[in-house]
Amino acid sequence: MTAERVPDPGVAPGAVDLGAEIAFSDVRELRGPLLVVGDVTGVGWDEFATVDVDGGVSRHGLVLEVDDDLAVLQVLEGTAGLVPGGVWVRFAGRPLQVRVSTDWYGRVCNGRGEPLDGGPPVGGSPRPVAGWPLNPTRREPPREAVLTGVSVLDTLTTLVRGQKLPIFSVPGLPHLTLATQIAARATTAGEGFRVVFAGMGLTHADIAYVRDRLEERSAAGELVLLLNAADDPVIERVLTPRIALTVAEHLAFEHGDDVLVVMSDMTSYAEAVREVAAARREIPARRGYPGYLYSDLASLYERCGRVRGRPGSVTVVPVLTMPSGDITHPVPDLTGYITEGQIVLSPEVDARGVYPPVDVLSSLSRLMRSGAGPGRTREDHLPVAAQVLAALARARQAAELGELVGVAALSQTDRAYLTFRETVERDLFAQGGDEGRPMGDSLDRAWRALDVLPRRELTMLPAAMVAEHLGGVS
Amino acid sequence: MELTGGRVRRVNGPLVEVENLGDVAMSEVVRLGPERIAAEVVGLAGARATLQAYEYTGGLRPGDRAEATGDRLAGLFGPGLLGQAFDGLLRPLSGAPVWLTPHREVDAAARAWHFEPAVALGDQVEPGDLLGTVPQTGPVEHRLVAPVRGPVTWLADGSLGATDPAVRVGDIPVPLAHRWPIRVPRRFRERLSDVVPLHTGQRVLDLLYPIARGTAAAVPGGFGTGKTLLLQQIAKWSEADVVVYVGCGERGNEMAEVLDELAQVPDERTGGRLVDRTVIIANTSNMPMMAREASIHSGIAVAEYFRDMGYDAVVIADSTSRWAEALREFANRTGDLPAEEGYPATLASQLAAFYERAGRVVTLGGRTASTTVIGAVSPPGGDMTEPVTTATQRFIRSLWLLDRELAYARHYPAVTWAGSFARDADAVGLWHAARGDPGWRARRATATALLAEADRLASLAEVIGTASLPAHERVVLLAGQLLRDAVLQQNALVANDASCSVAKGAALLTTVLDVVETCQRLVARGVAATTVEEADLADLVRVREEVGPDDADGVLRRREEVLARLEALT
Ligand SMILES: Nc1ncnc2c1ncn2[C@@H]1O[C@H](COP(=O)(O)OP(=O)(O)O)[C@@H](O)[C@H]1O
Ligand SMILES: [Mg+2]
Repeated sequence: MTAERVPDPGVAPGAVDLGAEIAFSDVRELRGPLLVVGDVTGVGWDEFATVDVDGGVSRHGLVLEVDDDLAVLQVLEGTAGLVPGGVWVRFAGRPLQVRVSTDWYGRVCNGRGEPLDGGPPVGGSPRPVAGWPLNPTRREPPREAVLTGVSVLDTLTTLVRGQKLPIFSVPGLPHLTLATQIAARATTAGEGFRVVFAGMGLTHADIAYVRDRLEERSAAGELVLLLNAADDPVIERVLTPRIALTVAEHLAFEHGDDVLVVMSDMTSYAEAVREVAAARREIPARRGYPGYLYSDLASLYERCGRVRGRPGSVTVVPVLTMPSGDITHPVPDLTGYITEGQIVLSPEVDARGVYPPVDVLSSLSRLMRSGAGPGRTREDHLPVAAQVLAALARARQAAELGELVGVAALSQTDRAYLTFRETVERDLFAQGGDEGRPMGDSLDRAWRALDVLPRRELTMLPAAMVAEHLGGVS
Repeated sequence: MELTGGRVRRVNGPLVEVENLGDVAMSEVVRLGPERIAAEVVGLAGARATLQAYEYTGGLRPGDRAEATGDRLAGLFGPGLLGQAFDGLLRPLSGAPVWLTPHREVDAAARAWHFEPAVALGDQVEPGDLLGTVPQTGPVEHRLVAPVRGPVTWLADGSLGATDPAVRVGDIPVPLAHRWPIRVPRRFRERLSDVVPLHTGQRVLDLLYPIARGTAAAVPGGFGTGKTLLLQQIAKWSEADVVVYVGCGERGNEMAEVLDELAQVPDERTGGRLVDRTVIIANTSNMPMMAREASIHSGIAVAEYFRDMGYDAVVIADSTSRWAEALREFANRTGDLPAEEGYPATLASQLAAFYERAGRVVTLGGRTASTTVIGAVSPPGGDMTEPVTTATQRFIRSLWLLDRELAYARHYPAVTWAGSFARDADAVGLWHAARGDPGWRARRATATALLAEADRLASLAEVIGTASLPAHERVVLLAGQLLRDAVLQQNALVANDASCSVAKGAALLTTVLDVVETCQRLVARGVAATTVEEADLADLVRVREEVGPDDADGVLRRREEVLARLEALT
């Protein structure tokens, strides 16, 4: 089968840049999302390709392997309906690129970056969607606190500008409420964020909810939406976060904006990666996920940060649902190994009617120690957070003990811890889905909760600080 | 297009198959494609060679050129390593562009150095002998040692580039910097087996699970349990002369932070800055995967280079699991039959090859020096039975196991006493005894016994209630808590507590053990257990943060106060 020329289909598909000429049509195999085309020449690894379909809409692919004159492609839109003999593959001669510019603000596109809002394709200069690793010595360590107005986050797991901090949830919990609350309200040094939202495998109801919650940002032209719905092509999800991050990197490091990237649901993303791996018959590591899932996720999450000597930042909040609530499942587990902490939502806390239902003991912000404290938030912030968490750990022990031997059999100290837990959940953690609390208010609430404990228990706090905030001996 | 010479045939990510390379050897470096990216031969079958590429292979095509170089994967070893950051292939990152694209060439000889000879013309030198030194900004004297035997026939004077000859030994020019294959261990005269502890400044390690110089330790722990922070603390505060910090497949922000912090912290022992005794190798998780594999070897090769100058070097690798995963990733692409969880059957031997490069030795030049290896392990799902964690335990002397429950309760460092070990602890005890602290071993034994007993009683109390325990057992529960809160916890963020001297550590442990003994006497005397439990001991718990990192006297003064107060209880 020889290569032949086909006319350009005319419409350039949105953000995706084409420059291909020769079409190859010797399709040897179609399997799952994979297409194997033979008799090719000059095709490089990781090249982008357009798959023209006899009498249909063109699809798009990425080269996963080249072996002499064979090329293996993953087809983003899937291979359903393709017929060997009715397909022409054109290779772009380079990896997939996306055009970046501030024109992205205010736009709504699908998971491949094609407009859904009736507007023209987004223009700008082309960038490879895979990005390049940021030289670690050129990174500026993130240091400025992001104030979300959500007490439990601000006091105990402070988000920092340029951090990657995921939300681990289970289906049915209000993770999208929390993510959009952060996206809509968060400020750093008094300024709001520009938001890039990448939806992967979201239901149409969730998409509508997100759009509604972010309406203000959208109206102000500060929102980019990339939406791959649950019924959109699965493999396309592999691309969605990469487009989002390429756009965000440009807006942040070339245009100087503070950009918050929300990516939801990373579990759907990882399933798409697994689907490709399975079709390639790769040896799985854990639970059918490929061994390179860690590196694959890192190639996304690591694109957050700040660059020395440049304004702008990329802060990433991935959202994922833990299959059967299992935090050791590869997607939350590998995410936790890469990200700078995690915010874990728990059905038990939710059942107690607390919003946001954060399981604070398993939650952590690794960068909090550089973003909070004297000169950044408040002098007492870090010790107060440490004390609240240590006390909650003690309260959990006391509660477990109480369940076994009865609360009445607990020591007075243990009972004080139980009271502390109730107080802190009610007065500090619980708040409204649209309510924003100033940092000072949140910390004061934490002190009031600590006041129910005997003074001798407050060993994580310097004695002078206790005296200053709670007065003399109680 | 030329038709002769090596040609790329197949590209699958970092796996590249090449034909017609001619006489190429295993482990030889081959350059691929128009950008001449580096790859290493890992398999040969007939005319076909299997390579692992150290850069992104996007755009590489069947038919692209492949050139064998005759070299093994090597780095440049010379002055200018300290205080700087490099990628996994030992190419400088400090000074490299913001975005790391593959085509980066290294300009090694750019900087001029001053060489101060320690030999004279005509001197006869043996391998390992000192030829001269290179004054640097930091406290670590850079030493040039003789690679061969012979007479000194020529000496450079004034300033010279790193790769210019500094000395001639016989006919052989000896430059300040030389290339060395990173996978090949450097030779030494003999291994030493006597035990000398490496003081880390972290109490739970120095008091309970010490590490001897020239041995290996591993830190397994799920995410967020404190591996990185513990390793960073060791990088900052341990007694090493030179620290090589390898960020292997981990976070970019952490590397930036390490660089930043080390540059700020003064080195108490030498008066310089900590960064000036540190070499950073950063191959973060988003940098090319196979360079991550190389980074571990680069790190240990750098440490051996300083060892041969006579220094105690420590290599810190965060995380060895990412390195093992790179091995797995590549093995899977070559279609090798996997052993457990997809890891290649060679996993254990590759881990051994790495950890066995640790050692306390007499160098060729007769200096006593060491390479200590400390590796983080990141078990998937926190599962300590997974292959990398289990295989690693066979090759190390100290295991610092991090526990998720302790970390959740914000007990840091979350090194658990249930499962951690230090095989050289007894020998370290003898070392302390020989240096005037005969009680070290007994204190350690008492502390570990109390911690274990307190855990046992705590689970018992969950069934019968604390109140039903006899008073002396309730004091053991209190002892467990005091040991945890007042001794083992160590807050990295508090200047007074971030590091701890030998003396202060001993004072804290002595104090708590004395307090426990006093409490036992009180309850034996008839004081109610509740009274003892509710005694205000907050000042005992706080003292580690209230007095300076070397203030043993401050601790002992607090001991007097607390004991006096307790004695007054009725
Ligand atoms: N010694 C310590 N003192 C204070 N905080 C600590 C200490 N060790 C760990 N932490 C806390 O735990 C968090 C996670 O630690 P890290 O070393 O990043 O974990 P890992 O590398 O195991 O994922 C840190 O960001 C810090 O908040
Ligand atoms: Mg870590």
